[in-house]
Amino acid sequence: MRLGFNFWLGAGLTALVIFAGVLAPWIAPFDPVLDADLMSSELPPDATFWFGTDAQGRDVYTRILFGAQISLTVGIVSQVINSIIGVTLGMTAGYWGGWWDDLVNGLTNVMLAIPSLIFALAVMAVLGPGLPSLLVALGLTNWSWTCRIARSSTLSLKSQGYVQAAQTLGYGDLRIMFTQILPNMMGPILVMATLGMGSAVLSEAALSFLGLGIQPPFPSWGSMLTDARQLIQLAPWVAIFPGLAIFLSVLGFNLLGDGLRDSLDPHMRTRSP
Amino acid sequence: MTPPLLQVDDLHVRFPISGGGLLGKGRRMLHAVNGISFSLAKGECLSIVGESGCGKSTTALSILGLQEPTEGTIRYRGQPLAGPGAPGRMQRAKAVQMVFQDPYASLNPRQSVRSSLAAPLRLHGVTAGSEIEGRIEAMLKNVGLTPEHATRYPHEFSGGQRQRIGIARALILEPEIVVLDEPVSALDVSIRAQIINLLLDLQEKLGLSYLMISHDLSVVEHMSDRVLVMYFGQIVEEGGWRAIFETPAHPYTRRLIAAIPDPNAALSPPAKEDRHTADRPQLAAHSFVSDGSRAPDVFTAPPSSKLVEIALNHKVRLAATLSD
Amino acid sequence: MTAPLLDIKDLQLGVALGQSIHPLLKSVSFQIMPGEAYGLVGESGSGKSVTSLAVMGLLKKPLAVSSGKILFKGQDLLALPKREMRRLRGNRVAMIFQEPMTALNPLSTVGRQIAEMFVLHQGKSWREAKKLAVEALSNVRVPNPDRRAKSYPHQMSGGLRQRVMIAMALACNPDLLIADEPTTALDVTVQAEVLRLIKELCAERGTAVLFISHDLGVIASICQRVGVMYAGCLVEENETRALFDTPRHDYTRGLLGALPRLGSRSQHGRQRLVDIDSIIADRSKLTDTRFIAPRGTEGSQP
Repeated sequence: MRLGFNFWLGAGLTALVIFAGVLAPWIAPFDPVLDADLMSSELPPDATFWFGTDAQGRDVYTRILFGAQISLTVGIVSQVINSIIGVTLGMTAGYWGGWWDDLVNGLTNVMLAIPSLIFALAVMAVLGPGLPSLLVALGLTNWSWTCRIARSSTLSLKSQGYVQAAQTLGYGDLRIMFTQILPNMMGPILVMATLGMGSAVLSEAALSFLGLGIQPPFPSWGSMLTDARQLIQLAPWVAIFPGLAIFLSVLGFNLLGDGLRDSLDPHMRTRSP
Repeated sequence: MTPPLLQVDDLHVRFPISGGGLLGKGRRMLHAVNGISFSLAKGECLSIVGESGCGKSTTALSILGLQEPTEGTIRYRGQPLAGPGAPGRMQRAKAVQMVFQDPYASLNPRQSVRSSLAAPLRLHGVTAGSEIEGRIEAMLKNVGLTPEHATRYPHEFSGGQRQRIGIARALILEPEIVVLDEPVSALDVSIRAQIINLLLDLQEKLGLSYLMISHDLSVVEHMSDRVLVMYFGQIVEEGGWRAIFETPAHPYTRRLIAAIPDPNAALSPPAKEDRHTADRPQLAAHSFVSDGSRAPDVFTAPPSSKLVEIALNHKVRLAATLSD
Repeated sequence: MTAPLLDIKDLQLGVALGQSIHPLLKSVSFQIMPGEAYGLVGESGSGKSVTSLAVMGLLKKPLAVSSGKILFKGQDLLALPKREMRRLRGNRVAMIFQEPMTALNPLSTVGRQIAEMFVLHQGKSWREAKKLAVEALSNVRVPNPDRRAKSYPHQMSGGLRQRVMIAMALACNPDLLIADEPTTALDVTVQAEVLRLIKELCAERGTAVLFISHDLGVIASICQRVGVMYAGCLVEENETRALFDTPRHDYTRGLLGALPRLGSRSQHGRQRLVDIDSIIADRSKLTDTRFIAPRGTEGSQP
């Protein structure tokens, strides 16, 4: 199996984010919240503070490591929720058709018509700020594209001979959906999910930036950017490093998604005779 | 008297088609199948021939339970197979299976041969691993593959081998009836003979009944015991293969046969003429319902007509008024 | 003896994979006389379609001709500049495909698409060209050509679309018509009509035909001479009747024996079809022998 450079770059970046998030308590040189020291605020990067310090004198490097936990959790959990909702609705709508299809289509169109950030804001306003409500909000807002892709894939897969064969072999509808249809549309769904992980990280940043996401003083990359807003000229590192972290992790998720799609394609899985 | 293996009576299938444009004139009904009746005996190969849109595939899908009939009954050993009182997919699966036309689209690319053969067995209550392995192995041998092929994925096989896998999957539950949907038309010419021979061998060995859908009349002639000729949702001629190919009565049947690009016929045209213009005197006075030169309206029910037996087990459709 | 219209000499072409070239055609040579219908028969991957694309100059990367000549009226098409080739295409050499829907522009009426041929290649005005287009449609026996000229491709049946393709291809009276499986997607009765049409129109106009098909029956009904291709080689070539009566190459015999023939069951009873693998012991040695029959002087009527 040959995997391209892009896949390995994506996998590397994603692994880096996972590594940072999981090992943050052990590898971080400071505490992300408690080690505030106004005497050493806004220091540029040096040997002690690799990424410099912020306005409260906290180590930016430490806060980015801990921020990775938030970004990962938000990216993965919200996309798992999105994919489950999108695939379930899209696949059943495409497979069964009829009034259920009409209903799902209507719901999808409504969801697409509402800007997802606004919808997430509304959900956050009801649930209140914090990580759990952030996960729910982002998990409920971005399933419409996945749903559309799942539906159209199902429609085209439904007419394939092997799906008809499964019907004649006595498979039930759900079994057909899970064994015949779902594995054959995992490629685009997985790509959507990884792209979505990227955008969830961005949405988290935006919501935290607006003060609705992760509450200070706990670090998330978005809230770090919020704090850096006034300092961008004075202490650019406070903005550059969280921005870079967001950029690299989003890039990593996207490249990983592309690479996974290629490797999931069974035509790439040819064994040597 | 024991009921026939498969009995189809007065099968109708109509599809709603929405009218054209935004201000569509409501829904129209497309008459795909208009009152088809036939039976299939144990060990027999019955072919339905006709061109695209004649309703032969819809008929097959109804028998497989993939298309609900609008009217009519389909019985398997006297028990309903469609409509009210029909069994679930599970029971039907043991009665009727299908071999598909396109061996590239009919195998799940993400399932190995073993898993696509083992899953139906498990579903139908075969749980012992050794029995599953044994049956898969035997089936692969039956269709001319080796047990080593079981671990491979569809893309590792040629078209002919894929079709063998498709046949293995259709037979793994040991059905009595197999619907063959253009079983060789998507294959390379040199492979077709192998698959046709295989199908005939399996039929003999396992006592299978085939219902073959095809437009390739030379394959039909070679394989069938009886033939139904369909034209726009109706049977226009029905008979043993010999009657259909040697003394075709309906103009449409003749047109179909004459249209086959057969090397023999193309290179020696006079012989072909002799074969098909030999007419039966008792038919000369009758007019046929449709001679197939003009496409009928598929949105209205066909004019009244009936199948008339012109020789033993050889029926042809005539306009009702003329045949009475 | 007249000069051949198309003379393919030792054509080799392949897929460029990095530095090496994976061969698809290993030295193919054949000739088509003016007005002759020549059939190329072979299975998928035998190289029959790439041969036609090479003649049309439509090979796309990574396909590339590695050696050989394609002489059309004595002129090497492979050496021809692109502009010249474009002028030739559709004008002197025309092509029809298996699926007319993909070859026709869905956004333009068929009348306009046919008329374009006259404007492009014969410098006619649109007004005049539209009249000629209606005429071309009636030549291919499209009923109500006036009205049909205003239809779009999707409003027509497969058979009608293929007629439109033929009308377009024959619009400029080409010397050579390349037909690549033109009837494979059609129903048998429609196929018979389209075949008759191609045969009659080309005979009428003296257009030579390179007819590509996997169907021996179709080839037999339209061609005077047939070449059998296998794995990038022309393994046998002969006058149609001679090829069918006395096939000499194992592969040809295998192909002919593998087909159930209409009427053979009533004459001889049901016989087991010949399994090609029982004739051919080793497929890799198939291309070692070739039987190219010299062109006979006697009647070449099909």
